[in-house]
Amino acid sequence: MTIFHTYDAVIVGAGGAGLRAAIEAIDGGVSTAVISKLYPTRSHTGAAQGGMCAALGNVEADSPEWHAFDTVKGGDYLVDQPAAQLMCEGAVEAVYELEHWGMPFDRTPDGLINQRRFGGHTRNHGEAPVKRACYAADRTGHMILQTLYQQCVKRNVRFFNEFYVLDQLMVDGACAGVVAYELATGELHVFRAKAVLYATGGFGRMFKVSSNAHTLTGDGPAVLFRRGLPLEDMEFFQFHPTGVYKMGILLSEAVRGEGGILVNSEGERFMERYAPTVKDLAPRDVVSRAIYQEIKEGRGVGPYRDATYLDVRHLPRDVIEEKLPDVTEFARVYLGVEPTREPVPVQPTAHYAMGGIPTDADGRVVLGPEETPVPGLYAAGECACVSVHGANRLGTNSLLDIVVFGRHGGGHMAGFARDAHPPALPEQPDGFVSDMVSGLLGRPEGHNAAAIRSELQGDMYDLAFVVRSEESLRKMQGILEGLRERYDRVYVQDQGKVFNTELMEVVELGFLLDCADSLVAAALAREESRGGHYREDHPLRDDDNWLKHSLTYREEDGSIRLEYKPVKMGTYVPMERKY
Amino acid sequence: MESDNLGDVLETSELRRAGASGNVVLTLRIRRYNPELRGEESWWDEFAIEIDPDDRLLDALHQVKWYHDGTLALRRSCAHGVCGSDAMMINGRNALACKVIVKDVAPKVTVEPIRGLPVLKDLIVDMEPFFQGYEAVLPYLINDEGEPGRERLQSPEERARFDDTTKCILCAACTTSCPIFWGDEEYVGPAAIVNAHRFIYDSRDRGARERLQILSERTGVFRCRTTFNCTEACPRGIEVTKAIQDVKRTILFERF
Repeated sequence: MTIFHTYDAVIVGAGGAGLRAAIEAIDGGVSTAVISKLYPTRSHTGAAQGGMCAALGNVEADSPEWHAFDTVKGGDYLVDQPAAQLMCEGAVEAVYELEHWGMPFDRTPDGLINQRRFGGHTRNHGEAPVKRACYAADRTGHMILQTLYQQCVKRNVRFFNEFYVLDQLMVDGACAGVVAYELATGELHVFRAKAVLYATGGFGRMFKVSSNAHTLTGDGPAVLFRRGLPLEDMEFFQFHPTGVYKMGILLSEAVRGEGGILVNSEGERFMERYAPTVKDLAPRDVVSRAIYQEIKEGRGVGPYRDATYLDVRHLPRDVIEEKLPDVTEFARVYLGVEPTREPVPVQPTAHYAMGGIPTDADGRVVLGPEETPVPGLYAAGECACVSVHGANRLGTNSLLDIVVFGRHGGGHMAGFARDAHPPALPEQPDGFVSDMVSGLLGRPEGHNAAAIRSELQGDMYDLAFVVRSEESLRKMQGILEGLRERYDRVYVQDQGKVFNTELMEVVELGFLLDCADSLVAAALAREESRGGHYREDHPLRDDDNWLKHSLTYREEDGSIRLEYKPVKMGTYVPMERKY
Repeated sequence: MESDNLGDVLETSELRRAGASGNVVLTLRIRRYNPELRGEESWWDEFAIEIDPDDRLLDALHQVKWYHDGTLALRRSCAHGVCGSDAMMINGRNALACKVIVKDVAPKVTVEPIRGLPVLKDLIVDMEPFFQGYEAVLPYLINDEGEPGRERLQSPEERARFDDTTKCILCAACTTSCPIFWGDEEYVGPAAIVNAHRFIYDSRDRGARERLQILSERTGVFRCRTTFNCTEACPRGIEVTKAIQDVKRTILFERF
């Protein structure tokens, strides 16, 4: 029995972007529901560690303009500059707002919010690293998530926890609501809504080594992709240089911000060669490629020489214990390494999707090169592409992105919902999801989903990771076709309605396959190297041909169509990216 | 850097991580409950799997679910101890499955749902009563003195006063290890008190009086019998019992 609900605004996802949007929507006076497949405090915002940048200038002189420059340069000039400017100017207020809501930032001796260095954040357009990241030990994301959730509890926000949104409802090209699957009961729920905001996070789980939670499967982007909406800049995925060896668990860039260094098998601080000015605090794409190069040239460490060391042994004990307690514990628990005495083996880990659902700076989902807004449809955070991160996101700018654009999106949707009429629902609004679920449950036998997922992750890691080529990407496309065929005959053993987590994992695998199709198609087409997208057969950036955003579409016949739109430029003219 | 020194370290670390010993066999004894399949009776299942001893118990549970029995239900997300989804009773003690390493429990491990909350399916319990306890203590900053144009000032010492309790990830490992909570579901439980503590001792907060009033009631801190189960269970290393004692002391000895 499908259950029907009506709200002015529905927010899908309860991480930082979703919760910040919910606060804004509620405060904007519209009836609001937050639908999340997890309890909100389980969201992956809570795993962010190092900080949130804002040019407060509490410790060193700084300016939002320097922050914006770093963001544009860090993004290898694929950043839409007006959006980056908006974000960096809004950063200061965003940090103060969180502080007023109780966020327990670390403090200076004078009682101000303390700040630390982070990769790619510099003084005066690249002169030297600057202390810009506001932080709470190395659990800044946890504190932001908790603070935003607390504010939602205070406002009595209506949550639908452990509900999976599986379809977007559209009528005459405008948003009409969503359809969700309730994990506890297996029932379908139709949420009629004037406005819907997606804040479902990333899709790093398509790669074998990832810092992402198991649940980061690209649900929001895939739901819209299946409805014919485009995904932007999907080829740009960030590989964070310092994941726990083999497991991919994030070891924050704050480790290097506090003075940690990367060393190879010869004990050499190799980043001095790749980025003479900022060294270990170069942006993540630069550092990950440097690690790849060191390993390729035989200077890797570990049993298979496929890692490098992150070394903090020279740091004062209190810095390690007080400013980096969590990452220190990760090394102890998961590697059996004592960081105060031993270097920690690390390798690049799939971390962050720069691409996603195309939006404008108000969070409105936009279509095509003309950027036509879809009435009532919004996205914010990692699942969205504003684009403030361009081809490579700077560390800390994701926490900033979610609070700034969560707020903008939530505010705009509240305004829209106040004026809009309640939408009509399409006929049989739950038909698509109902067919999907009964199709998956109806097979007496079939392929094992875990095997498909494991091959997807392993092959994406081998063929579409830090270094790519036409050959590797074509091979991956072929593999994806085969995986898709098997997925179409996948078997779900659990036929129940109560907490059928197997069924939802299989649905999530389908979302991952869609995102991988999009990523690989866009990566194959882009014959240049820029930010997180490195093609060894086209190793240079090519502004003449490729200073543009990609859009991928799923066509009726299942193929992928590509389209491009210009980057919104501004003050900063593309120049060679040196650190 | 002294490369000799690094070489020594490299050798010992490599030996440790080389996985030279190969996979081990782990037997998981799991308490099952599935009202759709078997009604109200719970039962035990055993699965023997081969696994890398350096993997997590969560990886072992995934292996069971993905390759042996798809109906096994559990919650998990981040897989590295920060989201709080996979609290379970492991060999009789509450822990996060993603923070237990296989070699520390092999060759055999017993896994059950956390106690004191209604089991819904296998390792999944009803979290609503837990979150109701959390919400009861007003878990948000209360201060209507007006906001300055920039941050409120707070000294490092004032910030340190409540640092420990900010680490809470609401996994419920503490609350569901508490014998008082097992016997009295009205008791708000350790996690709720931890989250009250986080605000009561925050120099910026003005809601301590209200929270202390709530916690001095019959369902509050004085139900605690100081068994330290909660402190032992906390995967974040929070001194939960100490936090509860702090609150008790404030109620008893300070005017509020």
